[in-house]
Amino acid sequence: MASQSHVETLALREQFDTAGQQKDASTLGMWLFLITEIMFFGGMFLAYSVYRGIYPTIFAIASTSLNVYIGAANTVVLLCSSFTMVLAVRAAQLGQRRAIIVFLVLTLALGTVFLGVKAYEWKEKFEEHHIPGQAAFHLEGVSADQQGHAQLFFSLYFAMTGLHALHMVIGAGILTVLIFQARRGKFTADYMTPVDVAGLYWHFVDIIWIFLFPLLYLIDRHLK
Amino acid sequence: MHEHIDSIKLYALVFIGLIILTVVTTAVAFVDLGPFSVVAALGIAVCKMLLVALFFMHIRHSTKLTRLVVLGGLLWLFILLALTMSDFVTRGALGVPGR
Amino acid sequence: MITAAVQEREHYLNASYGIKSWLLTKDHKRIGLLYLATVTLFFFLGGAFATLIRIELLTPQGGLVSSETYNKLFTMHGVAMVFFFLIPSIPATLGNFFLPIMIGARDLAFPKLNLLSWYLLVAGGVFALFAMLAGGVDTGWTFYTPYSTTYSNTWVIATALGIFIAGFSSILTGLNFIVTVHTMRAPGMTWFRLPLFVWANYATALIQVLGTPVIAVTIVLLFCERVFHIGIFDPSLGGDPVLFQHLFWFYSHPAVYIMVLPAMGVLSELISTFSRKPVFGYGFVAASSLAIAVLGFLVWGHHLFVSTQSVYAGLVFSFLSYFVAIPSAIKVFNWTATLYKGSISYATPMLYAFGFIGLFTIGGLTGLFVACLGIDVHVTDTYFVIAHFHYIMVGGTIMAYLGGLHYWWPKMTGRMYPEGWAKLSALVIFLGFNLTFFPQFILGYLGMPRRYHVYPEEFQVLHVLSTAGASVLAVGYIIPMVYFIWSLRYGKMAVANPWGATGLEWQTASPPPAHNFDETPVVTHEAYDYSTVIGEEIEVG
Repeated sequence: MASQSHVETLALREQFDTAGQQKDASTLGMWLFLITEIMFFGGMFLAYSVYRGIYPTIFAIASTSLNVYIGAANTVVLLCSSFTMVLAVRAAQLGQRRAIIVFLVLTLALGTVFLGVKAYEWKEKFEEHHIPGQAAFHLEGVSADQQGHAQLFFSLYFAMTGLHALHMVIGAGILTVLIFQARRGKFTADYMTPVDVAGLYWHFVDIIWIFLFPLLYLIDRHLK
Repeated sequence: MHEHIDSIKLYALVFIGLIILTVVTTAVAFVDLGPFSVVAALGIAVCKMLLVALFFMHIRHSTKLTRLVVLGGLLWLFILLALTMSDFVTRGALGVPGR
Repeated sequence: MITAAVQEREHYLNASYGIKSWLLTKDHKRIGLLYLATVTLFFFLGGAFATLIRIELLTPQGGLVSSETYNKLFTMHGVAMVFFFLIPSIPATLGNFFLPIMIGARDLAFPKLNLLSWYLLVAGGVFALFAMLAGGVDTGWTFYTPYSTTYSNTWVIATALGIFIAGFSSILTGLNFIVTVHTMRAPGMTWFRLPLFVWANYATALIQVLGTPVIAVTIVLLFCERVFHIGIFDPSLGGDPVLFQHLFWFYSHPAVYIMVLPAMGVLSELISTFSRKPVFGYGFVAASSLAIAVLGFLVWGHHLFVSTQSVYAGLVFSFLSYFVAIPSAIKVFNWTATLYKGSISYATPMLYAFGFIGLFTIGGLTGLFVACLGIDVHVTDTYFVIAHFHYIMVGGTIMAYLGGLHYWWPKMTGRMYPEGWAKLSALVIFLGFNLTFFPQFILGYLGMPRRYHVYPEEFQVLHVLSTAGASVLAVGYIIPMVYFIWSLRYGKMAVANPWGATGLEWQTASPPPAHNFDETPVVTHEAYDYSTVIGEEIEVG
């Protein structure tokens, strides 16, 4: 830790002896948090697997009511945001203050675009009466006694994409805070842990979507 | 602490790989591969996950402990899925109603 | 001998004053005490519900309360005890206080997060309390669907939300502990020098981190189901209520080990200290904690033997359940082997430790009965199951919790508790406990179902015995409450190491300074090396 800068010493919280120890603790803490997120989303992936196993045909029909091109485009938007995020982390590693801000703002903008597209897709579902739990629910091409099974698909669709979107919103909040902190010059090459762990979080939310996209939009598309 | 700073070129290559895989998985979804449609879709998703985790999340530079944490999380997800599905896929196997 | 010095010395309790210095504290010791106050409140609240249940069961006609009220009583007893007492009890109080000291750290890795954890528990507790005061909840602490989502007209949402929030408290505590053990150990404190209490809390933290998120998402889905009727657990839309049971027990079975593993950690400390011998087979005891944490995740299906779970899955879960007995037995055998040729002193904490070993063994062995697919079909939802898990939770966890509280009380407060009263209450608790719960094994074996308040007259004798025992038990719990508070003012001043114990917590003053140690300790010995303890007299009344 000979290269410890003055700034870093200031940022060292009192319970730690060294900056390395503090960084290790933050990184491990974030990874542990991410595995709690794996288990959190895991419960919904489980519910999806169970019901897709029981009602494969209905799930295939319901899945095709989603717009695959919008889904794919939104996936690309999210991947772009991951790319800009990793560049923000890299800029932080190099201590390039302006670049940190630029890439964080880009990431935030792309994340907002993703959420906007998602909101549009949900609005469409409302107009098509694909909202589970509502008396008006109706999915075309499914017999009356199987409408309930079709509702299951949309229950899972809204639960999974909804909680994913909630995580995006939290991520956007974190990015906003980081942008303000970066503007005040808080991050240097020696102290950039907040950017680093925020990056881990952002990429993790991206990975969840990487699985949601095929499971909700793509699987059984060919049956249509 | 910043002993591993990857080049922009590497990140860009990974990013392009992710976009290509997205296009491929979308295209393959329209081809009828029978039961392998699921395999293809999830296989590609796993590849994308590995790209993001190894490069963007820097797991390839990370400590053994971090890798252990990640593998532990995935293993526990597997336990949740596998043991629960062991119930649902063997329902009715005895031919006794309700079992 | 150093009374005057203790009073003037600055320590964590007198470092600052005022309500703000407590509510905004980042000191893990103070947060531990905040938890202590909170869980004690819920313990007596849950105890009050238990009292009403036992009074109601005195007569077979069920005359005291209506069936609806009785449903609420056992539900709220379960919710208060499981989620707001047992799960946070040892890790969040004793663990919070002692884990950093035992590894030679100044604090946990994330002190603010630690304080946030306590606020989350309080916030969750407020929701649960609100539900209880507003009219209660009647689903049973297990919240099985579709009753909880479709039919119950009680405060399901508020209670579930309370448990959801408290769950994050548990997750963050676990996360904090894991990071702390990995990154904050003092120089020389290698993994295999860690006290077994630390190992046990580490294993517990793994369960908290890996299991609790699943109950969180389950509650989210339950919430959506109840509010929006989205169908995930609703059979009328093709959903499967058994999926809820899988998700619920994926967390709630390991949660049993969240409750009992830290208790086992306390036991290792007590047995070693009061027989003045290193714990026999240290490595095995440490590894068995991890083994319990892992195996605990593979057995949840044994709660579903009488549901529509497939028989094949039932066989697998039954088979796997037996494996948990192995690490549990390793612990019991190793504690017993530690006693062999030890110089045993019968101080109060040791009495609780003995109580734990006997009662936990009975609870564990009856666990083998209910893990057996064939037998469980007969005793499912009977008092046999109730007796089984109360032997683990009350006979195990609460015994160890009280043992640990007595053991570390001098360190936490700087005062000794009155040994005579303490021994008396330990005895009263042991007798009261057995009188309460042993008859319940017989009741369950004879076919008395749980969650019923009207029962055939031939069961009355056993129910009366159980209620009599519960009265004794209640007295046993109130005595320590009184003398602990009394001791804060009138207790004898405690020296730094009143038990002649090893462990870093005994090398700092009683009560410890705000940053635990005047200078960072350097560890040069294995855990439980009694050759390092010099000179102090063991104060046993």
